[in-house]
Amino acid sequence: MHRNSVSHSKNNNTIIADIKLGYSGHTGKLGFQLKVNLTLPGHGITGLFGHSGSGKTTLLRCIAGLEHTNTGYLEVNGEVWQDSERRHFIPTHQRALGYVFQEASLFPHLSVQENLHYAIKRCSTSNSDWNTTIDMLGIAELMQRMPARLSGGERQRVAIARALLTKPRLLLMDEPLSALDAARKQEILPYLERLHDELAVPILYVSHQSDEIARLADHVVLMENGHTLASGPLLTLLTRMDLPTALAEDAGAVIETTVTQHDQRYHLMQLDFSGGAIVVPHRDIAIGKKLRLRLHARDVIVELRNTDDATSFDTTHNHNSKHGVSSLQNRIAATIVSMADAAHPAHIMLQLDACGTLLLARITRRACDQLALTPGKHVWALIKSVALLA
Amino acid sequence: MYITADDWGAIRLTLTLASLVTVLLLAIGTPIAWWLATTRSRSKDWICAIVALPLVLPPTVIGFYLLIAMGPHGPIGRITQALGLGVLPFTFSGLVVASVFYSMPFVIQPLQNAFEAIGPRPMEVAASLRASPLDAFFTVAIPLAKPGFVTAAILGFAHTVGEFGVVLMIGGSIPGKTRVLSMQIYEHVESMDYTQAHILAAVMLAFSFIVLLLMYRNGRRDRHDDDHHHSYHNHTPRDHQNGSA
Repeated sequence: MHRNSVSHSKNNNTIIADIKLGYSGHTGKLGFQLKVNLTLPGHGITGLFGHSGSGKTTLLRCIAGLEHTNTGYLEVNGEVWQDSERRHFIPTHQRALGYVFQEASLFPHLSVQENLHYAIKRCSTSNSDWNTTIDMLGIAELMQRMPARLSGGERQRVAIARALLTKPRLLLMDEPLSALDAARKQEILPYLERLHDELAVPILYVSHQSDEIARLADHVVLMENGHTLASGPLLTLLTRMDLPTALAEDAGAVIETTVTQHDQRYHLMQLDFSGGAIVVPHRDIAIGKKLRLRLHARDVIVELRNTDDATSFDTTHNHNSKHGVSSLQNRIAATIVSMADAAHPAHIMLQLDACGTLLLARITRRACDQLALTPGKHVWALIKSVALLA
Repeated sequence: MYITADDWGAIRLTLTLASLVTVLLLAIGTPIAWWLATTRSRSKDWICAIVALPLVLPPTVIGFYLLIAMGPHGPIGRITQALGLGVLPFTFSGLVVASVFYSMPFVIQPLQNAFEAIGPRPMEVAASLRASPLDAFFTVAIPLAKPGFVTAAILGFAHTVGEFGVVLMIGGSIPGKTRVLSMQIYEHVESMDYTQAHILAAVMLAFSFIVLLLMYRNGRRDRHDDDHHHSYHNHTPRDHQNGSA
């Protein structure tokens, strides 16, 4: 407990939330309890992930000051927003935060422009901020329209712009895509990625969709029944075997790669990461660009590897000649780190280390026995398919 | 067949009274309605019941109690005397005070319904955009509750125009002071002057019908305009058919 008495402390690049909140079950249901003690990075996107009812939204509302907590300590990049021990509580409208609600929350009696002006009138937003934001979310055309005449995706883009125009020091997003259909989601996701790339504001992003979290988050908090199960960088958290994420049907690793080559002849694109290279169908993405890939555990096959092959990272060329003939293109040298039960008793989950990058592979228990797989064994991870998170 | 100077006086007095009462009620009723719409306090039910009393009580009962309260020995009477205003019964001021009590549910209930229909979300959004609660109340809650205000004003006005029993108890029938339209009609009937009674009764009937027609049109046009979010506006007043005028 290193709490400072002044409302500014040294934790300039962290968000600290120590919150307890209990509802007495006045509706006849058992009372809900939120008990969270988190220290989060004060930059990038932190995904709050969990089933509905796990307390994600309540936590976000506590951080916004919209929910009355029993006890709470909250500090955002050095600014103390709440400290119940010292009876210190900054009301929502004095917190430098932006909040994007689940459903479009534009004021229906104001046009798009008036909705945006509502925000900037109350925060001294400069013209250049205005232009950048309007441009970043592509809403210049919508200014004169009323919210009722916007599509769901447009409304949410305006709501995000409005939140950004308050010049927040923390942006809270409560399942901003959940009210949208798949096509609208795809329309908004690139804008969210731009926020991530172009803004310095830390974002807390609530979602129960693992694909959104995998695509956007740098850091993940896993929530269940009002508690946090785990909190850590996305790439390591997703491959942890002790968490329920490893049991889910769509369990898998996310790896960060760099585009290194385009193969015009075969319309392929090569992506490098610490464990080797992966070839995927060509997309118009510039060389040197970072790209996230999701490798589902169910799409990774394991093949025994002689240690002599271990030196070879030339995985993209000619490996078929060395390893028999198959159409498979992506083969990564790895070592088994650990093994755990998967959701179905027929399956077993392997955690693999590919030169520092962790992968998951889900194979049948029988295959595991036939190959006599144990931790420490050298294997090839054969990747059937990858999902580009872009 | 024409309207006499006395009749015009009664009409003018009625309109003055109704306008004044409507303005006062909107001013007093708005904070009460907001409190009722947003509070989690247990005393809410008590206040709701008290506000709704004029809907079910005979006007004579309300008038009787107000007469006593405003009389020289009543609590209101003592205050008004202490302030140097004298006693209120059988004065225009007394009529205004009594009408405010009597028409209160007709203003508060539509406002409360409108505020409840807005829900907490728009106010939370406003807070997240740095609007203080008071700022948000004027820039978000009141504009969103506008149809409720229109209904409240129309009902408050029309109900004050139409009251009789309370006027009889508190105001009596002093020409130019407390003899409002409904009293004037009563006087005409008492003196067997049916022609004049007919004219004024027809004026009242037409007025009331037009007012209600306007109110329902207001409600419908509004729902049509914002069909995407009409849950924001639900301002049908409860029980206003119970009013005895």
